[in-house]
Amino acid sequence: MIVRILGEGQFRVEDSVAAELNQLDTELEAAVEHSDLGKFTAALTSLLAQVRANGAPLAPDILEPSDLILPHEDSSMDEVRKLLTDEGLIPG
Amino acid sequence: MYMKGTAARMGVMKRVSLVFKAKANKALDKMEDPRETLDYSYQRQLELLTKVRRGVADVATSRKRVELQMNQLQQSANKLEDQARKALSMGREDLAREALSRKSSAQSQLNDLQVQYAQLQAEEEKLTVASQRLQAKVDAFRTRKETIKATYTAAEAQTRINEAFSGISEEMGDVGMAIQRAEDKTAQMQARAGAIDELMASGALDDVGGHRDDIQSELDMMAASSDVERDLARLKGELTASAPKQIEPGAGGPNGGSQAAQAPQAAQGPYTPQYTPPQQAEQADQYQQTQGAGLPVADLPGLGGDQPQDGDS
Repeated sequence: MIVRILGEGQFRVEDSVAAELNQLDTELEAAVEHSDLGKFTAALTSLLAQVRANGAPLAPDILEPSDLILPHEDSSMDEVRKLLTDEGLIPG
Repeated sequence: MYMKGTAARMGVMKRVSLVFKAKANKALDKMEDPRETLDYSYQRQLELLTKVRRGVADVATSRKRVELQMNQLQQSANKLEDQARKALSMGREDLAREALSRKSSAQSQLNDLQVQYAQLQAEEEKLTVASQRLQAKVDAFRTRKETIKATYTAAEAQTRINEAFSGISEEMGDVGMAIQRAEDKTAQMQARAGAIDELMASGALDDVGGHRDDIQSELDMMAASSDVERDLARLKGELTASAPKQIEPGAGGPNGGSQAAQAPQAAQGPYTPQYTPPQQAEQADQYQQTQGAGLPVADLPGLGGDQPQDGDS
């Protein structure tokens, strides 16, 4: 599957890593819901690290949409909330 | 909005990717003719590329401005340290304290700027990479666009266009957000840089070459007055040293009595030529030294005008 880290690019990640990513993602989502900054930062950092460690960067000239998209490294919780509700964060 | 509620357990990653896809689909739906979609999208890609490049240039400009300010602040800090040292050597601890407190304020501004500078630099690098990636994707899109146009019927083309379009539109959304972030950071930096410019202009950080350099003028005044004292002492010393020499010829001469009493006056006639030249030379020398002590003042534009006022206070 293809995972994009916003501001960084796309990675091709083995499907076997998906379970672990989903676990971290669930934690991230819960942290955002409960406005828990500590858990939010921890979950996001681990998620990004997992994708970078297990993924191979996609060649820049490959035009494929991503299956999963991750917020950029220093996103605030507020930015992530806006990303989820599509309140004008993505231009165009 | 529709993703709240039942879809809430989907996870952040999936939800964000769906938001991106929804955005792309919405744009696709607006187009009636597939070819129109391709050309329109390509046009927008080129515009975005221009925007990213401009973004990189803006961040670079902002970074250079911060760099300039950092240099100015560093110069201020160095100069204030020198002034503090000079003040201490003249026994003016109060003045040294003032100079050091200004230096500390310049230093803390400098430390802040260093952090901001690193952020801007990182932002510039990210945008540069993003712009290269977008360029590669735009090139790939153009190739695919031509293939689709040449090879497929309108019906067949639709699926392929959708693929190409969602791939590029995700990239465009990503890059668009990156530019937005960079613009926000640059705007913050510029506001900050403006504030520091004002602070430096106010003299609070002792702008180098500024006109409100009261520490420097007090130091100069002290240096000048100590020069005056030293020269005065030297002149006095010369006078007492030369006095016996002038009397000697009169007193030791063959003429005595009342003539001897007039000797100093008379002696000045024949003897002055011998003594005056070195004295004149010395005076000229002293004059130059006094001038020399005033040099730091002359070095600083605007300070000359403040001199008389400072002398009064």
